[in-house]
Amino acid sequence: MSSLSNYLIVSAILFMIGAAGVMFRKNVIVIFMCVELMLNAVNLTLIAFSQFMGDQQGQILVFFVMTVAAAEAAVGLAIVISVYRNKETIEIDKLNLLKG
Amino acid sequence: MAINNIIFWILAVGAIISALLMVTRKSAVPSALMLIVTFCFLAALYLTLNAQFLAVVQVAVYAGAIMVLVVFVIMLLNLRGEVYAITGNWKTAVGLLAVTGILAQMIAVFVMANDILPKGLHSKSTELGTVESIGTKLYTSYAFPFEMASIILIAAAVGAIVLAKKKLT
Repeated sequence: MSSLSNYLIVSAILFMIGAAGVMFRKNVIVIFMCVELMLNAVNLTLIAFSQFMGDQQGQILVFFVMTVAAAEAAVGLAIVISVYRNKETIEIDKLNLLKG
Repeated sequence: MAINNIIFWILAVGAIISALLMVTRKSAVPSALMLIVTFCFLAALYLTLNAQFLAVVQVAVYAGAIMVLVVFVIMLLNLRGEVYAITGNWKTAVGLLAVTGILAQMIAVFVMANDILPKGLHSKSTELGTVESIGTKLYTSYAFPFEMASIILIAAAVGAIVLAKKKLT
């Protein structure tokens, strides 16, 4: 069985790929998916620590993270739809309503 | 012993490659499909950690429900003709530098902490990830947060309908 640090390294790489996607992409939906990827990388860390340390609380926390991610997906995509209805675009550079 | 390691590295490399493909695709639909592949690899990684319940929930909730919602929204918005590539200016270079720097730091910490981290799975790990033990815990010690989660989901469903509605009358 692989050691704990291998799992941590894989989840760190996935997390930073997600963070890079959030920074570099222009499409709101893709940025949204990159946030989901970051959440999943953290879930992998939690499950790895939970199973290597023999403590179940990490897995309970992952369950709640998944619940909140599902709620976040529903609300976030509804916001994307209403933004598209008003601005006819979801390109992040053109959504500068709050820019001074 | 060795076969476990080989399976772990195949799954890890598959997850990382599909995540990279997801970030670098030009349009949204291939990105969404590669993200589904990443989620399936991650579910398999959960299985290597003996977390069966969360692996099934991962496929059902993430690869199933959430990604179907995302693909549906992409279809509704009809983004054909709009191409979003990664731009190659100096801001991208700075961001890439920051990302690789933070990543190198994290990996260095994990490699240095290798000696104090546990080497193998805990002896109880096979029973910790089952539906039975997680369900028992959720309905006893975590009953209140569990009910709160259902309220969050109801609020999210109502909020999504209100936000996406054309006219509130």
